[in-house]
Amino acid sequence: MASVSGPLGGLAFEEALSEISSTPQRRQRRLRFRPWRAIVMTLAGAYFLLPIYGGLKFSLEDLNGHFSFEAIQNLPSAPGFADAFWLSMRLAIATLVVSTLLMVPTTIYVHLRLPRMRRVMEFITILPIVIPPIVIIAGVLPAAPLWAKSSPYLLSFLYVILVMPFIYRSLDAGLSAIDLKTLVEASRSLGGNWLRTMTSVILPNLRAALLSAMVLTLALVLGEFTMASLDLWTTIPVWITQFNTSPNGHIQVAASMLGLVGTWLFLTIIVSIDRSESRRSRRKAGTL
Amino acid sequence: MTTSSENDVTTVISSAQAPEMTVAARPSSFRRRFFRVARPTLAMAPFLIYTFLGLGIPTIAVINLAFRNENGKPSTENLHLISQGIYRLGFENSIKLALITSIIPGVLGVILAYTIQTSRSNLFRRLVATASGVLANFGGVNLTFMFIATLGSTGVLTVWLNVIRLNPWHYGFNLYSFYGVAFVYMYFQIPLMVLIITPALAGLRQSWREAAQNMGASSLRYWRHVGVPVLLPSVLGAMLLLFGSAFAAYATAESLTTGIIALAPIQIGVVLNGNVVAGQTHVGYAIAFGMLVILTITMILYALVRRRASKWLR
Repeated sequence: MASVSGPLGGLAFEEALSEISSTPQRRQRRLRFRPWRAIVMTLAGAYFLLPIYGGLKFSLEDLNGHFSFEAIQNLPSAPGFADAFWLSMRLAIATLVVSTLLMVPTTIYVHLRLPRMRRVMEFITILPIVIPPIVIIAGVLPAAPLWAKSSPYLLSFLYVILVMPFIYRSLDAGLSAIDLKTLVEASRSLGGNWLRTMTSVILPNLRAALLSAMVLTLALVLGEFTMASLDLWTTIPVWITQFNTSPNGHIQVAASMLGLVGTWLFLTIIVSIDRSESRRSRRKAGTL
Repeated sequence: MTTSSENDVTTVISSAQAPEMTVAARPSSFRRRFFRVARPTLAMAPFLIYTFLGLGIPTIAVINLAFRNENGKPSTENLHLISQGIYRLGFENSIKLALITSIIPGVLGVILAYTIQTSRSNLFRRLVATASGVLANFGGVNLTFMFIATLGSTGVLTVWLNVIRLNPWHYGFNLYSFYGVAFVYMYFQIPLMVLIITPALAGLRQSWREAAQNMGASSLRYWRHVGVPVLLPSVLGAMLLLFGSAFAAYATAESLTTGIIALAPIQIGVVLNGNVVAGQTHVGYAIAFGMLVILTITMILYALVRRRASKWLR
């Protein structure tokens, strides 16, 4: 549950920040807060950057402490890693497909036709944050039929629930930002059927929202440990905790760092796409 | 929502009738009314059914099993069990951990968010925004191993500090203990606080400060009478969310301590894995139920506080 706003929050955060313009008074205040700022930023920087540095250094070291790519090179051939990776990938893809197919049409329909249901949707999609994964899996294990429990895709089924809050909030924000009703009416009156309206009018407008939701889904599924370990499936995080043939954990740390670096890379790309997109549309609006 | 769940049955019928309807092309008023109800139901049905299966049934199962003994008879035996001994300790530890990792990161998060917000570098603020988004979601196994690489007994920082004779492990620090877990939790709790509280900080209007200054208020007085009272509900609300986040977390604590510290979520995991005294297998559901109760209270408090917070910050 360690996430209420996620990268979507990150985007909102950025918007909030960009609203604060530099006013004349700020120059005076800046001078007054200078030492404070330095202390706070140094401590925060140390706390947040040192573990990242530690993780990177650890994964780029051999057993004697010399720089090498040994750990990363050995990772794919480590016993069990390939299976765990493949399982995690399959689960991630299934979760992405199902959650998109489930949430996109529903959210669009609610925005367009059932605005009263928005509150209900909001309430339901906040529930996976209130009800922790450990409680959900505790309830699923005795309640699920055997055929479902014998398939790893039960996890995908549950991951869709876990990512719902993020996907819904992202789509909701994306849909609120555009004049959906006018766009749909325009498309329909020009003779576009529903499918065409969806694919060439609504979805292109939701691209940034969808992308950020998908990256978050991917990050969440690839890092999920609670449900996978209790449902006894060896996904990547479960493999990392179980793999202890490595002498001092270099390989496990390398596998962990791949997750962080990957997520960060994806997010940076998404945010920059989103920014250039919004800048372009703003420029367009300016010339009109 | 009640009407739509009643109509789940009619949904199936309506989808079968849909083509027939277009052929008829003479919708009677009954049919039109029927479709006015059926179409929204049909559109909402997949989502509602899915959430009921994936969220409703497990929750009902947990509550149901918490109030039944081994033989399936209704009883409060399990609740009695968790109110004492090791399970009670688990709850106490979890609450203590959640309090520590919501109050300290809460305060630090506000300070950090304010520092970032008043910074002049645009690039820097953007960087921090992205970083907060990533780090707030960065719990679990990956985080555990990053900290092991840094502060474990052969970690990078430990080795550095050892050189200057300040090895924290020699001064009673243990990464794999209760306080070690609390220290690691701050890694995602502080960014979470920064994310939640920044919009509230941005809502503090410059004009309020100017108005206070015009009336001769010092900076201290401004904060005492305007800034803090306006921000307090938002800060408390954010801390409640942090509390819930820490209270519910399982993966980080489990992978860091391999399940040796007594925390409520870890105990659920232990019971689910079958490591439990015979005759107590339902105690896990009782703990889960207890967690649900505490989290529900937290969220109700959050809703109340938020209503108060939205009075000034819109």
